[in-house]
Amino acid sequence: MKKGQFFRSMPGIGLAAALLIALPFVAALGGQAWVRILDFAILYVFLALGLNIVVGLAGLLDLGYIAFYAVGAYTWALLASPHFGLHWPIWAILPLGAGLACFAGVLLGSPTLKLRGDYLAIVTLGFGEIVRIFLNNLNAPINVTNGPQGITLIDPVSFGAFKFSGATQILGVSLSGPQKYYFLLVALAILVIIINVRLQNSRVGRAWQAIREDEIAAKAIGINTRNLKLLAFAMGASFGGVAGGIFSAMQGFVSPESFSLIESIMILAMVVLGGMGHIPGVILGAVLLTVLPEVLRYGVGPLQMAVFGKMLVDPESLRMLIFGLALVLVMRFKPAGLWPSPERQRELQETGK
Amino acid sequence: MSANLSPLLLEAKAVAKHFGGVKALQEVSLSIRRGEIYGLIGPNGAGKTTFFNCMTGLYVPDGGGFVFDGTPLVADAPDKAAGRGIARTFQNIRLFGNMTALENVMVGRHVRTGAGVLGAMFRNAATRAEEAAIRQRAIDLLHYVRIEERADDLARNLSYGDQRRLEIARALATDPKLLCLDEPAAGMNATETEQLRDLIEGIRRDGTTILLIEHDVKLVMGLCDRVAVLDYGALVIEDVPAVVQKDQRVIEAYLGA
Repeated sequence: MKKGQFFRSMPGIGLAAALLIALPFVAALGGQAWVRILDFAILYVFLALGLNIVVGLAGLLDLGYIAFYAVGAYTWALLASPHFGLHWPIWAILPLGAGLACFAGVLLGSPTLKLRGDYLAIVTLGFGEIVRIFLNNLNAPINVTNGPQGITLIDPVSFGAFKFSGATQILGVSLSGPQKYYFLLVALAILVIIINVRLQNSRVGRAWQAIREDEIAAKAIGINTRNLKLLAFAMGASFGGVAGGIFSAMQGFVSPESFSLIESIMILAMVVLGGMGHIPGVILGAVLLTVLPEVLRYGVGPLQMAVFGKMLVDPESLRMLIFGLALVLVMRFKPAGLWPSPERQRELQETGK
Repeated sequence: MSANLSPLLLEAKAVAKHFGGVKALQEVSLSIRRGEIYGLIGPNGAGKTTFFNCMTGLYVPDGGGFVFDGTPLVADAPDKAAGRGIARTFQNIRLFGNMTALENVMVGRHVRTGAGVLGAMFRNAATRAEEAAIRQRAIDLLHYVRIEERADDLARNLSYGDQRRLEIARALATDPKLLCLDEPAAGMNATETEQLRDLIEGIRRDGTTILLIEHDVKLVMGLCDRVAVLDYGALVIEDVPAVVQKDQRVIEAYLGA
């Protein structure tokens, strides 16, 4: 029996759990900003694993994935903020956001069923932009999204009286807002990892992979490719919707700016760079691509000062340059991703002699 | 052969298919009986694969149609054809390259199983039992075509002959009534062809009707109960091998007039 790669031994689980629990406290030593970066790393793990269903398993190149994130984020923002004076509870908004994102996924999926590869990528890219532009311009004649100003003062995640914003004392330990969100996100991420692993080794997951590998052969053995592709879009989009909702609540503010094309590309890069279709690889990709730019942000400036005694290059542009270079190098020397599935790894070693 | 007396499994009725001005199939009518090995031969471009594609729903015929197992086949629905009990292999092997051999066969069980997304997520008892049955059946089929030791290798890394076998195992996983093999012996040496021949005969013995497209005339004549010859998209003759071999039109079609 194939089991999840992670949960192999009791000591392994214990160690991983201890690390995951200790992490936000260690990060807090460097300031709450690092805890927030950690939060985002896990949020992106969640997003990347959602996209992994569409791209990694079903092989549908989706460049507009951020649109579903946006749908989830704005669902939360509109239903839990002073903008409309609505303050719905989480158990109502989060499923609704996931449902709406799912609907958007089917909406995008149905006209693109016959498209593949590059063509699909172009249509999905367009879809992502359409959603963003809608959000940008839906402030007139009726002000729905408040346009480019975005929506502010969004309610944080709360269960009854327990709010995730601000510091609380739990069992004598003081937890800051970002630390509480960290634990919520880790719980969600573990859930999505389990779902991903289970889907991958299931009848539906195998059918997705078959479509990815050879659509005609998949049809010939009786797979209804239309329904299964729609299902992949819908599932991936729902995950995006949930992530969007949490993002909205965590930030307390959303604007169309957060849902630009570069975000879609970043999430796709996490999936590809980590090792497409391989769950631990995707997780690694998401964590690296979230943390690395931040490390560079804080590291590049002081490093220049130490080496040259003055700022030679603007740290912000140098950061993106190094980041881009790192991406290129990984793709050059590890074309299957940093941590590809064992089968693919073996194959690369065989052909790479 | 008693096969001649058994009822019809597939009936092609005046099937026609054009590509622009090219008449790939001109009102081809033929019938395959239950339990026989039926050969379909003809020179390159005679329309053999086009016939296959029409039958399995990849192409929509421009005229005529098929009756399978008593009811008409829906055109343009390859997934439904598999559900009805028609399985096929491809002339240029089409495997799921980045999946293991075992997974390839497991995918073949898709059409005979039913677990959905919720089953996959919650792994309830019924889903687990179905999953175990799929795996067991796939392992059995790999044994059946004798590539069980390659079960965990990626399909793309298998040798050419093993890939052919894997494709047959995958097709068999759909529990077909009719197994259509598109040039299974292409590119094989004499030994491999001999092994393939044993495999095909075994499959028939186990109750599956076989439609065989093949270039290797010797293999076809030795293996098939009846043979149909296509030339320029038209049916030349449909009869037992002994008669077909002596037919003047067949000799002309193959050797050139």
